[in-house]
Amino acid sequence: MTDEKSRRIGVVVCQCGGNISDYVDTEKVREAASHEPGVVSTQVQMFACSDAAQQDAIREIREKKLDGIVVCSCSPKLHLATFRAMAERAGLNPYEYTQVNIREQCSWAHTHDPAGATAKATGLVMAGIARTARSQPLEPIRVETLPQALVLGAGVAGLRSALALSDLGISVHLVESSDHAGGQVMRWGDLFPHDKVGAELVASLVAEVGRRENIQLYLGTELVEKSGRVGAFSVRLRTFTGDQIPLKVGAIVVATGFEPYTPKPDEFGYGLPGVITLPELKEALARRPKPLVYGGREIRSIAYIYCVGSRQSADDGTGHAYCSRYCCSATSHISTVVNGLDASVKQYHLFRDVRTYGKYEALYESALRGGSLFLRYGEEAPPVVRSQDGALVVQVKDRLLGGEEVELRPDLVVLVTGMVPRDNAALTRVLKIPVGQDGFFREVHVKLRPVETVVDGVFIVGTAQGPKNVAESVQSALAAVSKAGALLLKGYVDLDPQVAKVDPNLCVWCDECTKACPYGAIDRVAYGDKEVAEVNPILCKGEGACVPVCPKQAVSVLGYTHEQVTSMIDALAKEAV
Amino acid sequence: MLVFSTNAISDMGIDLAGSSHLDYAASVEVISVPCSSGIHPEWILRAIRAGFDGVFIAADGPECSYVSDCVERTGRVVAEAQALLEKSGYDAGRLKMAAICSVCAEPFVHHMRQFGDALASASAPAVG
Repeated sequence: MTDEKSRRIGVVVCQCGGNISDYVDTEKVREAASHEPGVVSTQVQMFACSDAAQQDAIREIREKKLDGIVVCSCSPKLHLATFRAMAERAGLNPYEYTQVNIREQCSWAHTHDPAGATAKATGLVMAGIARTARSQPLEPIRVETLPQALVLGAGVAGLRSALALSDLGISVHLVESSDHAGGQVMRWGDLFPHDKVGAELVASLVAEVGRRENIQLYLGTELVEKSGRVGAFSVRLRTFTGDQIPLKVGAIVVATGFEPYTPKPDEFGYGLPGVITLPELKEALARRPKPLVYGGREIRSIAYIYCVGSRQSADDGTGHAYCSRYCCSATSHISTVVNGLDASVKQYHLFRDVRTYGKYEALYESALRGGSLFLRYGEEAPPVVRSQDGALVVQVKDRLLGGEEVELRPDLVVLVTGMVPRDNAALTRVLKIPVGQDGFFREVHVKLRPVETVVDGVFIVGTAQGPKNVAESVQSALAAVSKAGALLLKGYVDLDPQVAKVDPNLCVWCDECTKACPYGAIDRVAYGDKEVAEVNPILCKGEGACVPVCPKQAVSVLGYTHEQVTSMIDALAKEAV
Repeated sequence: MLVFSTNAISDMGIDLAGSSHLDYAASVEVISVPCSSGIHPEWILRAIRAGFDGVFIAADGPECSYVSDCVERTGRVVAEAQALLEKSGYDAGRLKMAAICSVCAEPFVHHMRQFGDALASASAPAVG
């Protein structure tokens, strides 16, 4: 890093066609920036992101031999990549570029205070200059990738992931902890919307897996160890006989699925004869019984109680506050199946809200046409199920009848249970991927990076990530395959170099940073006649959990060093509004 | 007021406040970091010493994609920073933390107004 006073920094202030300059005096901001030590070029542009403005900036970088650039414009979420690429085209290291947000976090937020907005923008620009003056060139960390993948879970999502990876020419190790492939779908009968039988769907996928030479299926096997990095993970499997299998894989797809919610004893009468769950009904109907019999009793009427184990109050301690998505459609569908078996069976749906989204609305309409009756109950007054003289009695206050109590005497009560996460504690410890408050594995970004985890090269698919129906599970599986394929087939991957770094001269090895690191990225190494901490940049995610625990301030994240952050604080305080 | 926000989550909530033209004081200035669990307590003391009335940590909260116990970790940063402030003769109430999610535009603005008012009343001379 060069001395900040000898830096040659350029500053571009964007007007954003008035979005900024209507409230911020951009010329005044430019003028203030031009007096900062190390700043040798300043510009105001109508649109800094336009081709012409980028060409101006590139020319300025080259002609004035700039070694850092600050663009004051919109949110980095929009144009960080744009301006990093611009810097690179000009021959400037992209990590010597700082984007300062004077639109979303300044001009747009202070439209009634132009003077304040201008002063704030000036402070933000000064902080950006201070940060850039202490920046250093960084290079992406390039690592090789192996064209082999590990898929955990051989349910529909895992099977489909394995086949699609195989199609790309990637060798797959497909690992299933139980003694058979197929997951939950294996036990189900007709699946919506096309009435394909679950067991047949699974059987066709398993048969295809068996035909692929580049897929190895391991049943009764678990992942017990993972080390290494994206592109070259070292993993160890353990079979049910205790055998250990070491493997090297480039990517890991987690498709470990869900568990159906099991009602607590007496929850909506669960435990009484004739009170069953939706998966139990689906399993029973897979045999297509005629007449409709359950537990030796002929079924002439069914009451479905929706949202059992889903959408529960956040304070009930279960964490099942989410909607399980699939159950409304699955129940509408199962009632059409019942109707097909025996149209004279009366069906009552006790629901809170019907969420048969998209094309699944047709299932709801089909259930209605089949004669199903829908009664809406409120969360504050759930239905009561009891047994009376050997018969089931269900009482519900129907909101659509103004809260009037309705009493039903069905032969079967079906609790429409949602999805809950599996006990993934051991797997979470091995993979070091985060779990959300709902207990399911968590993606990096729900919209923009929906199947990636914070651990590069580890992807989550299907219901391991949260409730999904089969179609949605397969969509996420194929999304993860495309991400893994892009990663593995290129042969290398570039990692963000903004990771933690230890100053060995300051470090006294107290072990606090290793304890704080969630990724096992810090090692103990010899340095001269002492031992110090050293960060493995390939494993480090750059979140900085190690930073506040270091008593010597020996560790910081590149791009956010102590020196950079404190210089920004000082610059902002100096210009404080 | 100085706000520490996070690149992946709270920054987006603060951006959304601006995109929605929700007004808050121009004296609120933001430094973005990767994760709120990586904020050094000394930075907070530095900001107060440099002249900021208060520091607000717009934390990742339970949405954090880096560490599942981000709330606890950031809580420890806050506790340590408050101890540092008190040791240096500053009111610990000059540091506040709340989780700001990627769509928490209104909660962010509400926090800024509330914290701004609290700081103003704390620094106002006693009357009567």
